[in-house]
Amino acid sequence: MSRKTISFVVLCSFVMIVFLGSGCGKGKVSVTAAGSTAFQPFAEKLAEQFMQSHPDINVTVQGGGSAVGIQSAVSGAADIGMADLVNLPPEASALKSVVVAKDGIAVIVHPQNPVKDLSIEQIRNIFNGVIKNWSEVGGEERPITVVSREAGSGTRSSFEAIVGGVELIREAVIQDSNGTVRETVANDVNAIGYLSHGLVNEKVKAVTVSGVECTTETITKGQYTLVRPVFFLTKGEPQGAVKAFIDFVLSSEGQKTIVDSGLLPAK
Amino acid sequence: MSQKSETVVYYVLQFIALSAMGSLLLIALFILKEGFPFILEEGPSKFLFSSTWEPAKEHFGIFPMLVGSVWVTFGALVVGGPLGVAGAIYLVEFTPKGLMRIIKPVIELLAGIPSVVYGFMGVAVLAPLIRTYIGGPGLSVLAASLILGIMILPTVMSISMDALNSVPPSYKEGSLALGATRWQTQYMVVLKAAKSGILASIILGMGRAIGETMAVIMVAGNAVKIPNSVLDSVRTLTANIALEMGYATGRHRQALFATGVVLFLVIMMLNSFAMWSLKERRKK
Repeated sequence: MSRKTISFVVLCSFVMIVFLGSGCGKGKVSVTAAGSTAFQPFAEKLAEQFMQSHPDINVTVQGGGSAVGIQSAVSGAADIGMADLVNLPPEASALKSVVVAKDGIAVIVHPQNPVKDLSIEQIRNIFNGVIKNWSEVGGEERPITVVSREAGSGTRSSFEAIVGGVELIREAVIQDSNGTVRETVANDVNAIGYLSHGLVNEKVKAVTVSGVECTTETITKGQYTLVRPVFFLTKGEPQGAVKAFIDFVLSSEGQKTIVDSGLLPAK
Repeated sequence: MSQKSETVVYYVLQFIALSAMGSLLLIALFILKEGFPFILEEGPSKFLFSSTWEPAKEHFGIFPMLVGSVWVTFGALVVGGPLGVAGAIYLVEFTPKGLMRIIKPVIELLAGIPSVVYGFMGVAVLAPLIRTYIGGPGLSVLAASLILGIMILPTVMSISMDALNSVPPSYKEGSLALGATRWQTQYMVVLKAAKSGILASIILGMGRAIGETMAVIMVAGNAVKIPNSVLDSVRTLTANIALEMGYATGRHRQALFATGVVLFLVIMMLNSFAMWSLKERRKK
């Protein structure tokens, strides 16, 4: 290659990089939803369905966590903030909120652990470090490994709010997603953790809480207490495309998708 | 015409070369701007030496993470340092040339394995072994040290090998001529002559160990607590940032940037020290 060709190629690639970024978006209305990582996969599924029936609207779903969802709804960075918290923080009071789904939090142990039931009191004491051995709650003579989530996680703050008075034991192993909590508990006979009820599988065992099993039925009937709502937050009354998307999520079709994916309907 | 295109290419390349330096500068400025005011506000000693980290309650003390990083890094050096240096000596002095042509690329390949793969091995294989045979939750200082020790091997080995190779053959010949055995020559002459290069390799390995994030998050357990033994779960500075950055807002976010400032300073110090000791060697 001659020098000329090389410099031409270099220049061309620069020009292309500059223009690549501006190529997207052709007059479509776009809706951005951001927040809860637990609800993100479900929101993506809903967005996909919605876009099939509304080809003129483009819905983008981003994660970031509940706190980010609230923050970006307040700042206007996202049209919809997704948050799965029991108690919305004060900065969310200026936002319009609507419950689009509910999610149970299952308390899980290793399948070989003989403990089948724990009361809320016992769960609190285990996570506080007052109860340190499985024998104190009817199990084998083994130390308890507490597995929790990182500070700021919606699942963790909901769990601690519902159980009440949790001052997490310092030795607690911290994992940064529902999936890694499940993996850690599945690998450790002594472990106890909690996660979204839709994500419980055969590698771990969900204990009954005060005798109530964690199932879709007990949660909808209000018997199972570890339940948190999933909120969609908007700045002011939702309008236009944003309203259309929220209405779709609340419609029977949207709610059916939510139930089919393992979450619970809003009502 | 050709003169003109020459100039264009010259400036384009110069721009690309400088942009690497520029981005380092920008990163440093950005982290300092976000994190440094927080350190001043909170008080450096409170931020560095308080052992309570509860962002929800406005307690920001990174001491457990500082200690955690030190433990894990030290553990990685105990595992990876001797192995790396011994391996380098074997490869440089005792391996036939043909075998070397196979072994060296394999070691370099080790550096190319993504850290998440190391982490996964740690979670799936190492942690259960530690829990079953030694005790504790398995996800621990020990697990992290072993994984990191293997991860720094390529760094330690390849730089140590360069150092050993650059020892003038006359040193060795002189020693052998005086009747020293091969091992005595290695131990008393070659290692001494290559000392500063080997030191640099260990410091660079240390930098890698401190900075590693993904594998550590997966195998260290991340408990915010000063570990009492190598079987305790531990959180490092990098893990603290990576775990909580996604959720952090306001002061919590600033505190994480401040953690980044501390980490950045530590790594800068280590790297400058490594560069300095490499330069010392060249002077000789």
